[in-house]
Amino acid sequence: MTEPVKIVTRNFGVDRAWEIDVYESRGGYEGAKKALSMEPAKVVEEMKAANLRGRGGAGFSAGVKWGFLPRDNPKPRYLVVNGDEGEPGTFKDRALMQNDPHLLVEGIISACWATGAHTAYVYIRGELKLAWQRVEGAIAQAKAKGYLGKRPFGVDFPVEIHTHRGGGAYICGEETALLNSLEGKRGEPRLKPPFPAVVGAFGCPTVVNNVETIMNVPWIVLFGGEAFHALGVKGDGGTRMYGLSGRVKRPGLHELPVGTKLSTLVLEIGGGPLGNELKGVIPGGSSTPVLLPHEIDIPFTVDSLKAAGSMMGTGCAIVLDETVCAVRAASNLARFYWHESCGQCTPCREGTGWVHNILANLEAGSGKVEEVAVLLSAAKSIMGNTICPFGDGAAMPIVAFAQKFHDEFLRHATLKKCPYGGRFAA
Amino acid sequence: MTWTPSAAGQKRIDEIIARYPSKMAACLPALRLAQEEIGHVSKEAIDWVSRRLELPRAHVQGVVSFYTLYHQKPVGKHVVQVCRTLSCALVGGERILDHCQKKLGIRPGETTPDGKITLETAECLASCGSGPVLTVDDEFVENLTIESIDALLDRLRSEP
Repeated sequence: MTEPVKIVTRNFGVDRAWEIDVYESRGGYEGAKKALSMEPAKVVEEMKAANLRGRGGAGFSAGVKWGFLPRDNPKPRYLVVNGDEGEPGTFKDRALMQNDPHLLVEGIISACWATGAHTAYVYIRGELKLAWQRVEGAIAQAKAKGYLGKRPFGVDFPVEIHTHRGGGAYICGEETALLNSLEGKRGEPRLKPPFPAVVGAFGCPTVVNNVETIMNVPWIVLFGGEAFHALGVKGDGGTRMYGLSGRVKRPGLHELPVGTKLSTLVLEIGGGPLGNELKGVIPGGSSTPVLLPHEIDIPFTVDSLKAAGSMMGTGCAIVLDETVCAVRAASNLARFYWHESCGQCTPCREGTGWVHNILANLEAGSGKVEEVAVLLSAAKSIMGNTICPFGDGAAMPIVAFAQKFHDEFLRHATLKKCPYGGRFAA
Repeated sequence: MTWTPSAAGQKRIDEIIARYPSKMAACLPALRLAQEEIGHVSKEAIDWVSRRLELPRAHVQGVVSFYTLYHQKPVGKHVVQVCRTLSCALVGGERILDHCQKKLGIRPGETTPDGKITLETAECLASCGSGPVLTVDDEFVENLTIESIDALLDRLRSEP
């Protein structure tokens, strides 16, 4: 058997990998040097051939996104890197920024060259101090070496990278909310179109990519888009960060080829449920509809998760075992979305509160049987009726819980109490 | 009373403003800087950000109230934020928060009478694989147990 390819975690476990001398001793910055020796259009071509689907959750092809930048717009272009990790269950970008910040800087230099951006902003979630410090450190070291600034690697193409720390708001992970937050405003999402590629940061054409997405760029430049594509499945290339948390024996992060089965991740790599029985898996962060045990024997890819009625999301799964009350789990997530709704659109601002109230009542034993139907109708009234995908992301998981564990929801109302004792087991 | 940051803070805000094509973009970093110096975002801090960035006070106030990391009231010497979201809750997060409340004798949003610790809840802190988790003044403490919480809170409270 050949060694599994590691792209974004190849420096994990390496002592002081965030120092530039260590990073360079392991082949660091070779990808950026090569990128700057290529035609920018050729780098974009390789990105398209790579079929690198965005690692932030939406799963859109990064290369195609780069191709959306208008050619005839005289305004400056920006690259904005989304490091606002906050989707419940997701803990990969924090680890990536902390462990290998130079790979991020190298990816940014390469991406700036390919897209014609001279300035990049890395938006880092406000709570992630160490990640921010490591990225700042890497920028300073790269600047001191001349890899950033006026002439990176001797090429007349100035690149500056700035970090921008968030203020504590989940919604700022949504790309247009992030842009408003970057501009010093409340993080309220914008109407699309115009898309950020046309009117993004400061009114200029902007590419917004996730941290992990950008960290794959140097490898793609070095080894080619086709080689990257071949690591994964057709139309969804490479390796990606998969995470496991919740009621699982071995929680953690694993870089695996795209196409690894969800069942392999949960049952073999994760060692299976903590309890006696698997109850369900929330596959890719809290916004993705829960899957039942018989539904997880599928490749963990953007398209196959969609076909299964859920979503790839961030690739970080939350495992539920038989000790977990589905109503309490749904209620926990509903509270999260209620708390994090930015309040701009009425269906989401009001709907998330209604959904949470009904679930909290059911869990407390004061819910009525007919309220389960009201819950479904309230959640469905949010979907499709909001400016940004937050509304769908808040409603979808609740609908899935209420449908897949319908009897359990009804039982809370008929018993007038939570059959699980109103607590999580731990 | 007008407030202005320290000389180092002034220098820092000048550098930050230069990073962006608009002064407004420095709003979040300026608020963070003020909070780091004052301890919270006071009315005077909002006035300063408004003057320095040439923004209406209402804009700055709107930004402050949108985000959770800006303290609109004074807080304790240390701020403890306990994650309450699902991944942590499934592995003991609820018990950890209960224990913090009992041990400190305060509820989330409150500060101990000696002014040492403010307890808050946080939504998912991106540490799901090593939950339950909390942060103390931005430092992560992971894989929490009742024992490790006791040791942590005792240490914070016994510090001079």
